[in-house]
Amino acid sequence: MSHTPHRLEVQNVSVGYGDKTVLHDLTFNVPHGARVAVVGPNGAGKSTLFKALVGLLPLQDGKIYIHGLPLNAHKDCVAYVPQREEVDWRFPVTVRDVVMMGRYDHQGWFTRSSRLDKQIVERSLLQMDIGSFSGHSISDLSGGQQQRVFLARALAQEPHILLMDEPFSGVDVTTQDATLKLLDDLRGADVTAMISTHDLNLAASKFDLMLLLNHYLIAFGKPGEVLKQENLARAFGRQLMILPDGTAVVDDCCPPVGSAE
Amino acid sequence: MSWLFQPFAYEFMQRGMLASMIVGILCAVMGTYVVLGGMAFLGDALAHAILPGIAIAYLLHASLLAGALVAAIVIAFLIGLFSRQGTVKEDTAIGILFAAALSLGIALISSIKTYAVDLSHILFGNVLGVSSTDLWLTAGLGLLVLLTVILLYKPFLVISFDPVLAATMHLPADLLRNLMLVLLALTVVVSLQTVGVGLAAAMLVTPAATAYLLTRRLASMMFLSAALGALSSIIGLYLSFYLNIVSGSAIVLTATGFFLIAFLFNSRQGILRGRINT
Repeated sequence: MSHTPHRLEVQNVSVGYGDKTVLHDLTFNVPHGARVAVVGPNGAGKSTLFKALVGLLPLQDGKIYIHGLPLNAHKDCVAYVPQREEVDWRFPVTVRDVVMMGRYDHQGWFTRSSRLDKQIVERSLLQMDIGSFSGHSISDLSGGQQQRVFLARALAQEPHILLMDEPFSGVDVTTQDATLKLLDDLRGADVTAMISTHDLNLAASKFDLMLLLNHYLIAFGKPGEVLKQENLARAFGRQLMILPDGTAVVDDCCPPVGSAE
Repeated sequence: MSWLFQPFAYEFMQRGMLASMIVGILCAVMGTYVVLGGMAFLGDALAHAILPGIAIAYLLHASLLAGALVAAIVIAFLIGLFSRQGTVKEDTAIGILFAAALSLGIALISSIKTYAVDLSHILFGNVLGVSSTDLWLTAGLGLLVLLTVILLYKPFLVISFDPVLAATMHLPADLLRNLMLVLLALTVVVSLQTVGVGLAAAMLVTPAATAYLLTRRLASMMFLSAALGALSSIIGLYLSFYLNIVSGSAIVLTATGFFLIAFLFNSRQGILRGRINT
């Protein structure tokens, strides 16, 4: 056991909306700098887990610790990259405005941006390769560029934990590569990253740890330990097919009607 | 040029012009949040809902502004209470309270002898009846609202644009949202004298919607909206003076004219712009 507390500890957490519980009795620890893929079928509670981790949903039961302290004890510690559908793209803000929002907590809510804040924003814009759009309205961008704006904002926040909800679905190859490169850079800075994805191949090849969810925690560990047939069967149920050669195929292309995650 | 200065020979016109400009700016600035947050219906409801407060204050010979203020704050919290239970949708809750408050207000006013005149002043404003006390109150409340909006620019931007970021940064979102409702209520109350309850909602929405078509940043949207609001008030009051029409209507129609021009000719989705360029 390490003497420093885990970066993120989730203990017996149950969370949901109103009386309805979506996630039951989750317990896991994520070490410093680890890269975790959160996988599971549609409606398994992946987005719910992220909302609990940013403090947007009150816990029905259990505790979440970051650096050994309760969730709300930290400021500017967790950054969240939303799904594109969650953002109001018609809001009158420029690319630079959005990235600067990532600095608000550092610079104080009633003061002007310092030179340092501006430098960090410019650096984040360049790193995500959107410097040439910085004065554009966010509604003028393509889907991939829009995602990179929010990645740049997460960079500017200088978080210890980065959460990304489905950053790989429905984006172009450039954005996917930019996202993966960002993850590599963040590992250098010892940032813990949790990313939900449908892409089990990507999860197995690019991530240190996998968290398999379906309302309960089904498995958590190295991809090789998690991606076992019995785990996948428990998570995906009838969406899982086993081919004659033993390959497991998850049919996750068509979300069931009315699934809300 | 004498037509330009002639109206100001009268002191009540000077006061009316100042009050209209303050209201035009104030409504336009708060209106940017109304337009961006999809709260147009809420603004309308608040404007009508203060009617009973005014009527009661009138009957008690108390300050109309104070009565309106109390009513607006009560209504804002009632809407929050009804919709937070989750049993009634927010727009349904607003619709019910809006109609009930309007009816109660008219019922109370109809018990007054000079019913018709008083009602029309309350519904459409009486900018020429602005006393110097009213003007000071308007200016004071207006300054309070504007200073709050400037001071809380960043938190208001974040809770309007990205509630999840607000949560990760531990902003007190509920408190800020309630404060925004109170500021909105204050704005509606202040605009009562110049455009009346019937047209206050238009002054909240129209200049801000015009500015939205022409700008791409929140701060510039606010400035442009404020300029359009003030300009609409000035032009509207001249129209009212020379055409002898109700001032509130003239102000709102001027603002609507600006909106139509922006809608037809703006660079983003203007209908006529392409044809002119080709």
